[in-house]
Amino acid sequence: MVPLSHYLTLGAIIFFIGVWGVLTRRNAVIILLSIELMFNAVNITVVAFSRFLDQFTGQIFAVLVITVAAAEATIGLAIVISLYRGRESLNVDEINLLKW
Amino acid sequence: MELLFFYIFAGVAIVSAVLVVTNKNVLHAALFLILTFFCVAAIYIMLRAEFLAAVQVLLYIGAIMALFIFTVLLINVMQAQFLRQFHGQRPLAGILVVALLAETIFLLFSDFRGNFPLMQETPPETAGRAGLETLSQLLLTDYLLVFEVASVLLLAALIGAVVLARGDIAPADRRR
Repeated sequence: MVPLSHYLTLGAIIFFIGVWGVLTRRNAVIILLSIELMFNAVNITVVAFSRFLDQFTGQIFAVLVITVAAAEATIGLAIVISLYRGRESLNVDEINLLKW
Repeated sequence: MELLFFYIFAGVAIVSAVLVVTNKNVLHAALFLILTFFCVAAIYIMLRAEFLAAVQVLLYIGAIMALFIFTVLLINVMQAQFLRQFHGQRPLAGILVVALLAETIFLLFSDFRGNFPLMQETPPETAGRAGLETLSQLLLTDYLLVFEVASVLLLAALIGAVVLARGDIAPADRRR
């Protein structure tokens, strides 16, 4: 039987790999992929808690997280496509119009 | 036995997650992310969340990752490959991430019973027996409002994606 702490540790490791990707990569698509990794890590944690509490609320939240991830991926990729149309580049360091 | 399979799936998931964030090629990163998602689906099955495992494979791998790969095909991947891939803030980010991860794992293993007093160390065996039935019943009774809000969110995302990715009609030949 796998104890709860193992699942939580797995979720934490995958989450922080995603955080590292968001903080260090410059390619916009890979940043979106790292965000998907973070969503999955959160889902592992929530489902593990739901299993060990013997309640289904966690699974419902995981379904909602997947919904939000789908919406986020759609909007993010639409922004990526329109950025690529305008700038021919996906480097997030060059996208600094709102930065001061 | 279950522990062995957990370690196999967790190890493959972590290794391919690292390959996602370190890969130069966006298409390869997306394919490694699919491998991670498969391992996460296997872990859902170990957690007796069969419906979520099916949703993971159908929706994440079938829909979201297909969307990602389709987008990668629309942009010029080869050109992005020759750029500098990482920020200058990489060492700082590495230190921050390792520190936060160490803190989380320390919290998990230091005083586990004190931090999660409601948790049982071994899960009850009855969980997940008619799981889908209970899940759908809960989703359409207690969590009906959340369900509706999620559908409104999906509608907003649909409209937003169409508006954002539509592009201009007139300067179409300027692009190339």
